[in-house]
Order: sequence, then C-alpha cells, then structure tokens
Amino acid sequence: MSDLVQWSGNLLYASFIMYLIATFFFGGAIRPKKNGQKQEENRWGKIGITVAVIGFIAQLGYFFTRWAASGHAPVSNLFEFITFFSMMLVGAFIIIYFMYRLPVLGVFALPVALVIIAYASMFPRDISPLIPALQSQWLHIHVTTVAAGEGILAISFIAGLIYLVKTIDQSKRSKQTIWLELIMYSLVAVVGFVAVTTTFTLSGYEAKFEYVNKDGKAAEETFHIPAIVGPNEGKLVTEDKFEPIVDMPAFINAKKLNTTLWSLAAGALLYGLIRLLTRKRMGALVQPLVKNVNTDLMDEVSYRAILIGFPVFTLGGLIFAMIWAQIAWTRFWGWDPKEVWALITWLFYAAFLHLRLSKGWHGEKSAWLAVVGFVIIMFNLIAVNLVIAGLHSYA
Amino acid sequence: MAKVKCECGHVNPHGTILCESCGRALTEEAQKEKLHDMRYEGSARRSQTYNKTIIDKIWNFFSSVKVGIWLIVLTLIASSIGTIFPQKLFIPNNVSPETYYEETYGTAGKIYYTLGFHDLYNSIWFIGLIAAIGVSLVICSLDRVIPLYRALKNQRVARHGSFMKKQRLFALKEEKLQPEEIEKVKEKLKSKRYHIREEDGSLLAEKGRFSRWGPYVNHIGLIIFLIGAMLRSSEGMYTDEMLWIREGETLEIPGTQGEFYLKNEKFTIENYDKEKDPEVFKEALERTGGVVKNYQTDAVLYRDENRDLPGAKPKLVKVKEEKIRVNEPLKFDKFALYQDSYSKDEMKAMEFALANKETQKEAGRVKVDLFNPKDTYDLGNGYKVEIVGYYPDYDGIGSDGEPKTKSPLPNNPAFLFKMFSPEHPKGEISFTAIRQTLEPVGETDYKMEFRGIETRNISALTVRKDLTLWILGIGGAIFMIGVIQGAYWNHRRLWIRQIDGEVYVAAHTNKNWHGLKREINSVLEGTAIPVPEDQQG
Repeated sequence: MSDLVQWSGNLLYASFIMYLIATFFFGGAIRPKKNGQKQEENRWGKIGITVAVIGFIAQLGYFFTRWAASGHAPVSNLFEFITFFSMMLVGAFIIIYFMYRLPVLGVFALPVALVIIAYASMFPRDISPLIPALQSQWLHIHVTTVAAGEGILAISFIAGLIYLVKTIDQSKRSKQTIWLELIMYSLVAVVGFVAVTTTFTLSGYEAKFEYVNKDGKAAEETFHIPAIVGPNEGKLVTEDKFEPIVDMPAFINAKKLNTTLWSLAAGALLYGLIRLLTRKRMGALVQPLVKNVNTDLMDEVSYRAILIGFPVFTLGGLIFAMIWAQIAWTRFWGWDPKEVWALITWLFYAAFLHLRLSKGWHGEKSAWLAVVGFVIIMFNLIAVNLVIAGLHSYA
Repeated sequence: MAKVKCECGHVNPHGTILCESCGRALTEEAQKEKLHDMRYEGSARRSQTYNKTIIDKIWNFFSSVKVGIWLIVLTLIASSIGTIFPQKLFIPNNVSPETYYEETYGTAGKIYYTLGFHDLYNSIWFIGLIAAIGVSLVICSLDRVIPLYRALKNQRVARHGSFMKKQRLFALKEEKLQPEEIEKVKEKLKSKRYHIREEDGSLLAEKGRFSRWGPYVNHIGLIIFLIGAMLRSSEGMYTDEMLWIREGETLEIPGTQGEFYLKNEKFTIENYDKEKDPEVFKEALERTGGVVKNYQTDAVLYRDENRDLPGAKPKLVKVKEEKIRVNEPLKFDKFALYQDSYSKDEMKAMEFALANKETQKEAGRVKVDLFNPKDTYDLGNGYKVEIVGYYPDYDGIGSDGEPKTKSPLPNNPAFLFKMFSPEHPKGEISFTAIRQTLEPVGETDYKMEFRGIETRNISALTVRKDLTLWILGIGGAIFMIGVIQGAYWNHRRLWIRQIDGEVYVAAHTNKNWHGLKREINSVLEGTAIPVPEDQQG
C-alpha cells in the first residue's frame, strides 16, 4: 500500500520535472529562425510536446496510483483537487496544441501549471478518508468534469495573456501595462507563497496562540509562519516567538490572512528584485517571447478554448453539481458560496460569449475578459475554500 | 406594413436588410457597408423595425443583447455580494440576525443587514433580476430566431455579386472554370461533409447549419428550467420538512398527510478507525483526529391502511426496511428521506437507588423514564418513591422558590422525590438534580443515589418532495444540447459563382474563421478557383 503512495508521489514529481523541461524546449521552439521567417512547428516544438505528453502521462500515473491506494479518486481535498486541476490544464493545453501547433502556448501554459502544482503541494498531502457527504460516485463525475472545464477555460486565459503581452505597448506606462504587471505580480506572489511556506516548514517554526474565536469561546491555533497579524485577543503561548503587530477581529481567520500577507510581501520582494535587476516591466521582459505570435490566431484560440470549456464547465459545475447536491444535501441548489461562485463563473462566461457574438468584442477586450474569467475561477478554487467557509470547505 | 420586393423577384418582410434570397443590400446603410453584418443574415428583426407603441418599446428593450448582458452582469455582481458574509440561512439559528451581523462583523455587518443582503437571494429585487433575464431570454430569442430561420431557408444558391464581395472571406479572379475543375472541388467538399447545391454553374456548399440554432435551443432549456424553479413555490409541488426521530420511536412522516410512518430502529455514527481502516488513512487521521465514516438511520417505513377511515386508529403496514445514509436517501411514493442531522445521547431514563445514608444499604432501585415518569414507584417492604415534581430541563430555582424548567426536553432532569420507608412512613423530601442534592425541608435519613443513565440518539431526517425535478431535468438537458450544438459545430458556407468570365468565391462561418480558412485552403488548393482572402483587419 505505502509503496503505491510512494510511487504516486514520485510520478507527480516526475511530471513536474517534465513540464519544466518541456517549457525550455518550447522556449527553444519560438526562437526566430535566421532567415526571419515565421515558423511552423519545428524540432524543438516536437520535442517539447513529446516531453509534455510524457509528463502528462506521469501525472495520470500519479492520479491513478493514488486512486488505487486510497480507493477513491484523489480529488477530495485541496492538494488533490488543485493538482488535478493542473493536470486538466496541461491536458487541455495538449489538445489545443494539436489543434493549432503553437509552441508559444506551452511557454506560458506549462509554467502556470508548474506554479499551480507547487502551490498545491503546500497543502496537507496525506490521503484522507472520505466523509459521508463525499462517499458517492458523483464525487468522481462532478469534480473531474469541473476541473476539466476549468482547465480548458484556463487555456483561454493563457492565450489571452499572450495576446496582451504581445499587443500592449511597453514603451510607455499605461493602464494596460499596470494591469498586466498586476497579473505578473500575482503569479510571482504564488511563488512567494511557496517560498515562504517551504522555508518556515523546513525551519520547523511553531507559535501557539490562545484566542477567542468567532463564537466567543476560547480556542487555540498554531502558526507555522511568524505572525504579523494575530488572532482575536490572542495570547502567544510559545516562548521566544514573534509577537503579532496587530490582532484581528474574530470573524477574520488570522492564520490564513497572515499567510496571505507573507506571500504578498515575498511576492513583492521577488517582483521588486526582478524589476531592479532587469530594469524592465515584467510584461516587457517576456514580450520578446511572443514576438512572432499571430495575434488574430491567439484571439481565436482564446475564444475557442472558452467555446470548448464552457459546456464542459456547465455540465460539471452546474448540472452534475445540482444532481449530486440533490442526492447528498437534499436540494439541488442552496446558495452555498461555492455554488454561488460556480454560478458567477458561468454567468461571466455567458456574458463573455454574448459580448463576443453580439457586440463584437474581439482582440484586446476579449483577452482581458479571458483573464478576468481565470481570476474568478481561481477565486472560487482558492478563496472560497479558504476564506468563505461553506459546505465545500473540506481541506 | 409593406413587404420589400427585391430586384431578384423575392418578396421580403418589411425591415429586411439583405434579401433573403439573393443577398442584395436592401437598405442604403447596407449598401454603404464595407463588409456585411452577417450575424443574423440581414434578416428583418422586429426590434429593428418597429418602435412606435409601448409594446414595441418593451419588446425592443428586452430584445437588446446589451440589456441582456447588463442583466447577467448585475445578477453576477449581486450574487457575489451575497457571499461576503454568510446568508441568514447559514447563521446559527438561535441568534437573531439583527444583532448577529453587527456583533460578528461590526459596522460592515450592520450595513449588510440593513441593506437586506443577509437574505439577498430571496429578495424581491434579486428575484426580479432573474425574472427579467427570463423575459429577455424569450424576447431576444423570438426576435432573432424566426427571421434567421426564414433567411436561411430562403437563401438561393446564386448570391448577388455585391453580397459576395462584402463577405469577410472573398476572392475574385478572371477565369473560365472547366466543369471537371468544379467536379473535383465538389468531391473534396463532399468528403468534408458539405451539403452541396448547384444552380446554373453556381455552387453553394454548406454544413453545420443546425449549430445556428444552438443558442435558441439552450435559451429554451433555460426558460424551462426557470419555469420549473418558479413552480416550486406553488402549492403541493414542493415539500421541505424535518423529522426528528428518536431511536425506537415510530412517527408520522410530516408532509405525507398521515399516509406514511417511519420507525427509527437505530441511529449510528461511525468514525474511521486507525487500526481497522486502510493504513493509508493513518497519517490523515492522526493529523485531524476523528473523521466520520457514516451517519445511518436504520428505518422501517409503514403505511397507514386506515387513513381513509375517519376516526379510526392508524393501522400500520410495513412497506420496507432500509438504511438511510448520506447520499443514500430512502425513496417512497414521491418522497425522499435524507439523513440530515442528529443529536447524540439524549437522556432517556435515569436510575436511582433509594439508600440509607448511614448504613449505605440499598432498599431498591427506581428507573425513571424521562419522557413518561410514573407518579410512584413501589419498592416493597414499605419502601416507596413518589415523584412530586419533575423538571426535565432544570434551570435553577425561580423567584417564587419553585424549581424552573427551560423546556420539556430532558436536557438536565431534576426531581422532587418523596421517599417512603418503614422509618418514615410519611415520607422525606429530597430534590435531586445532576450533581446536586438539596434537602429543602430538613435533613433526611435516606437519599436517592444516582446509579446510571440510559441514552439514545435522535436522527434528523429531511422529508423532501419535489415534483419540479423532472422539469428542471428536461430544461437542463435541453440547455446542454443547445450549448453543445452551438459550441462544438460551426455553420460554414462557401459560394462559388461565375459572373461575366470572372470567378467569385466567398465564404462565411459563424465562428472559428481559422478553421474555415484551413478547410477552404485544403479544398481549393491546386485548383483554378482562387482561395478567398480575409478582408477584415
């Protein structure tokens, strides 16, 4: 049994490495040819996609060995779900790649997948048994379909991002450059989160607090990162640890807010360093990568990904979700925050499709919308689970 | 209103922009366009044609996609506001929302409550928004689908040159085409599943027209879904009841008009066991402590055969025996019973011993059923216990000197016993509560010693009947079909015409132009027919 778990972990690790290697090959594939021609798929691209596919197979291996070990599809906690989402993102990328043969997609999609896997690994990785509400075939059906839909929709974000990086004028500061930097910073902040969490986990930092919780009762909480903000009326119990600067009101989860603050700060530091060393906006820094991109085609890929992903998301995130909710929670719809955010995601992409089809929102507008859609998906994936507690907060 | 007759002889409805048959521009604006707007094939939409009466105005308002998008966006924003703080539904039910939001979330909470966001999804304006979306769906669809259907049905093979020139993909070349050239292209088009029509040397290849109906099909699905959701509030369609049932109890199932009864044989909560359950879970269980494995009510369903006899006692006939678990409701008739909640270890009976304080000798034991205590318990040999007062949910002594009870539920039972013994035939008074004994009228020789407690679990089951589910199911299925139809297929057309020694080629698709270009390239490659070029951008 534990052998399987070991194997599963190694396979995930292997896929991580593969995606990393594939990214570099795709990077090689988009270098301009000497004669300056626009290039079709070349040898670098072929190697890149091969390595990416091997990585994807390794990740499938991780998924199924873990399934075999636990007896249920590994999509039942945040680590498992986010990892599965990254797998679906790569899967969607591979499909889109074979439709359009655009190595530049890989240069952006795979790093995003890498960041997501790294992020997922910061959550508890042990295999947890299923609580009664999750013991259903619908767990596999609903969760996998949602993740697949979101993975495909994420590709539209990737294509939109490439479009923006290419078209936004970096010669002067504008609203667009600022927003683009914000996207770049967000990605860096995730790396910051991974760095901070890993550092303090390795150093074994622990600070215990006694505090008064939301219901006015005494409670305890252990921080694994030095507390900048402490819990409501918190008292540091562990000696010689960092005293929080300020206490939070009871309804705010100080531990999570603290982690967020640390991540943002670490992200800011990293981002600042990059800016300082390169003396360029990050948008300008990556712009050379997209020099040969056909913007019309990128616009089309972004739209196509939404057209493919929207029905899948609707099926998984709303229809299967409702069927299961009727079985497990007695009602198909209950305005649980996660449900509401799935509806919001759906409404957003519905609005996108109407704007595109009827109002002719193409190009840059459409690309920004694809970015916003991804932000909503990420919000639902992460913030709703961690911040707004509801029926879906399993992790 | 006057119909519009085109030069080609086709009679178009009033308001038509491009002739349904040949595609000639019928309005001045359309004649000036660089590229034709092909979204609705230049058909006559009511909203673009009439704007006089109040009905026209309402129609035009709701038929606008812009308005539709605004409604979607407003619903989206409103929905997200509802998740900032928990809705009324999710706050503890023993507190008043009025104070809860302010106490828990401060001023922001107070504002949230005052604005009514704590019950946002049931507010009139939110329901109004959804209703407006419903109206918009109907009107938007009707305004477009009928003229679009007409235009696509009446389209002729040979389109007017001006129509072809104003397509996004277009090419023109001086050339005389050989019949075998056309045949070759036709073969290729057929192998790509195009439907081909010909008319005096002109050719129209078309495929995937049905994808144009996708949006309207999915809107029909949505409308059916919304109607289903609306019907839920009508009488008899929907039941939402709770049944709290103790182990051993048989109760009428609320909402079934006395037809069905349920017996709770046993209620179980089972936790995962580090030793017995698979080893892989060990770490997680050690980290998180207990994880529940199962909530289960062993239930027996009965039907009352005497239901139709007024005044008759229920005659219960067993229907079936089932285990109700989360995800495995008990279904019967149009109802389903769901494992929803529970209360563990409710006190059922208490056992006391009547004992002499000095000798420690027991004179006998009394077992008090907390739901149905007897007045006296005779222990023989002159020993007897009388319950003078029973306070199931004891809450201290009131100002009048009498013990008080909070509720009729035995949460904290207390008794006023009168203990009879050969030494005290008139009885001694003892007040006995949990961990507390008072002797209000003087010290006693005997006491009631606590010996044990019997508990039982209460299972909470949701009783649900929802006769709208099938409507929602049909609506959802139609929606999915429509979305897939519209998203996964494209409507592609290729026109080839020879006019005065020139070859005109034009192509149109409702989306995925990249795919269309690739397809046309592969069809026309190596032929004398020019490959149409993108005139946009």
